[in-house]
Amino acid sequence: MKIWVVAEMHQGTLAPTALELLARARELGDVEAIALGGGAKAAAATLGKHGAKVVHVNEDAAFDDFIAEPATDALAELYKQGAPDLMLFGFTPDSRDVAGRLAARLEVGLISNAADVAAKDGGFVAKVPYFGGAKIASMKANQKPAIILVRPKSFEASEVGGTAEIKDLAVTIDAGSKRSHIVERVVEASEKVKLEDARVVISGGRGMGGPDNFPLLEDLAGALGGAVGASRAVVDAGWVPYSMQVGQTGKSVRPGVYIAVGISGAMQHTVGMKASKVIIAINKDAEAPIMKMADLGVVGDALKIVPALTAAVKAKKR
Amino acid sequence: MKIVVTVKQVPDPNSNLTLEADNTLSREKEVVLDPGDECGVEEALQLKEAHGGEVILVSMGPERAKDAIRKGLSMGADRGILITDPQLAGADALLTARALAAAIKAEGPDLVICGTESYDGSTGMVPPMLAELLGAPQVSFAKKVEVDGSNLKVHRQTADGYQVVEVATPALITVTAAIAEPRYASLKGIMAARSKEIKQLALGDLGIERGEAAETIEGLAEAETRKSGVVIEFDGTAIDRIMAVLAEAKVI
Repeated sequence: MKIWVVAEMHQGTLAPTALELLARARELGDVEAIALGGGAKAAAATLGKHGAKVVHVNEDAAFDDFIAEPATDALAELYKQGAPDLMLFGFTPDSRDVAGRLAARLEVGLISNAADVAAKDGGFVAKVPYFGGAKIASMKANQKPAIILVRPKSFEASEVGGTAEIKDLAVTIDAGSKRSHIVERVVEASEKVKLEDARVVISGGRGMGGPDNFPLLEDLAGALGGAVGASRAVVDAGWVPYSMQVGQTGKSVRPGVYIAVGISGAMQHTVGMKASKVIIAINKDAEAPIMKMADLGVVGDALKIVPALTAAVKAKKR
Repeated sequence: MKIVVTVKQVPDPNSNLTLEADNTLSREKEVVLDPGDECGVEEALQLKEAHGGEVILVSMGPERAKDAIRKGLSMGADRGILITDPQLAGADALLTARALAAAIKAEGPDLVICGTESYDGSTGMVPPMLAELLGAPQVSFAKKVEVDGSNLKVHRQTADGYQVVEVATPALITVTAAIAEPRYASLKGIMAARSKEIKQLALGDLGIERGEAAETIEGLAEAETRKSGVVIEFDGTAIDRIMAVLAEAKVI
């Protein structure tokens, strides 16, 4: 089986999702990775160590500066030279854009939001959270190539110590594909701990009462060296930005400790955090679903409990 | 500016989902316009109010999906198109995108606005497919749109902030909930919506045939559940109990 892993580059840096995908891909067949944009050649060595036998690279700046279309052109060109049995992408905003366009261009379907991929009967089956996350569907890809987008953090990256053959992916990106032009990148949360990487995540939901109370969570996160997340309900309500959303339609996290504050625990949310090592829930409703999955549930007023906890953590550090 | 907004009728987020015998999501309970699409309709209306033009809602679904279109019309959109055909039941993302693309192409809009992902499917794959089939550039995760003649300046939400993206129309954008707070339909709007046109199209009208589905659901398993732990009241010892758990997890 020939497997493609489409590695995402973020302004010269290899995104960790690529290495996670390689951990599974190398069990499924011969893996070729594709890295496009600045830093692609340097990334090839890392991709090789994680199991890619070949890495197709192209460092044209168009891949960094224009959304989706240049990458779609490059992958379609490589596809013409030899079709894989399976293409793996991360289920991330940038890869979703590329995978969707590519599937439409190749006239094949795709499976997205997968949590796992396995080989079966000469094809591939993906495990996909379904029915609000209460169930896991086994979805068989009916077409070739199978295109599957896998949620970040689904696999653990590990080195196997190989060396990849680097091949230049020759493709010309013409003006017709340089249309959605990224002219500026604004970082709003640079000094804070990244949600996906935090060892402690404190997330707030409706039970926080309003956006004005979210600084209480920031204080606790500051004391614990953690990051603040949120439920979809409060993101939809405009209390906090989408970048903080944890859940099926947001980020998947698996920190050492996850503290859910004023979150009822709808499947939509829990699918993105239930892999956390320890879960603490603070909620005024003892019957809330989150209480049934928490290692420790505390029933009470979040607006009193959180500041008291922050004070205790700070006192301990002194 | 001629704007098409794709809209979807989804199970009410406040109700419980149910499954059909073939494991597809039941559409019986569908009662609301997708909350994400409401934001898209609102943004389209604001762009029309500022720059003139027309707002057309395009949906695919059973006949009662007209209710979702009607909701958007009552907010102020001008007219609707419903693609409905028994052959479309359980359509995958590509078939959905092909049907929408055919209907939208006939309108020749300057801008197509989609939700970033539907509330029920949550896969977000239709918009990029649609953009490709329309031959249009795309900007996903838009949280702000400025119009400058035939060019758009879009703020695209990223993990740590946003990108400023410039794109010429015709283009497709997907919007997040941050783009605009949906208005409530006024009584006047609701009355006016009753007489607004909703054109109905079948697959044959669009020159599309249903092909092989991209995927088949082979089986369903219960998702792993965590063991429940201890639930305590917030009293004099609760903070100590939390601290003990944090210490055991070695985060303090």
